Amino acid sequence: MSDGLRGVVVAHGALAPALVQEAERISGLTGILRAVTNEGGGREEIERRIAEAVAAEPSVVFVDMPCGSCFFAAMHLARQTEGVRVVTGVNLPMLLDFLNNRTLPPDEVAARAAVKGTDAIRKP
Amino acid sequence: MPIVLYRVDDRLVHGQVVIGWGKPLNLGFIVLLDDTVYGSDWERDLYRMGTPPEIELRFSDLAEAARQHAAWRAEPANGIVLTADVATMAALRQAAPPVERINLGGIHHKPGRTPRLPYVYLSEEEYRSLEALQQTGTVVTAQDLPTTQPVLLEALR
Repeated sequence: MSDGLRGVVVAHGALAPALVQEAERISGLTGILRAVTNEGGGREEIERRIAEAVAAEPSVVFVDMPCGSCFFAAMHLARQTEGVRVVTGVNLPMLLDFLNNRTLPPDEVAARAAVKGTDAIRKP
Repeated sequence: MPIVLYRVDDRLVHGQVVIGWGKPLNLGFIVLLDDTVYGSDWERDLYRMGTPPEIELRFSDLAEAARQHAAWRAEPANGIVLTADVATMAALRQAAPPVERINLGGIHHKPGRTPRLPYVYLSEEEYRSLEALQQTGTVVTAQDLPTTQPVLLEALR
């Protein structure tokens, strides 16, 4: 683990590992993002998985949707863990921005990622 | 019957509810019946974030639900009553009948529960409680989405 924030991607089914794999493939930066799936887990189990991935380190947790177990588990953990921020609507542009700016403070990194992710949604 | 679904789902408001069921049922409102959520401004704000603007999200505890149940059923808009566990739904049925059908939509693993379906884990106590409800007139089935086949309670034994 190099210096900077951890990134944890939390999503339905196989989405999280796929996003992590492709973000690593594009950026060439590995070992920074961790994937957490909701598969077979309720809210408490997903929160346990996220906590394990965060490992009490300053982190940004990227969640696929702003509702449901993944979201609630992430928000609950962030509420009680210092230095953990949550961003919803995860997509590749926000993960790539995170990977390249993760030495900034958590609030700033999370805010940037949300802007980048939103900016990537266009109708050309 | 404007309460078109009584659903037990420990995720409460989430995609399967607001999109999977919400669209085909033309939902006008969701009653989130949970004493803990009812007492937490923080949790209520989070659940509002996950609810589309065209669906009204109402929060209730059991006492309020017992008082309001008949009025909810008399409304012209279609509604869902959501609880996170079997005990709360059984308590509503006890306090303010009728509840004609109960949908088990997502009850996940906890100590003491065993898998009955990929999305339904039940303890023996929960199963017996559902069985008792069914024996007294409430039909209990498991069904995560309207596009899947309902599974009878007997098949979850």
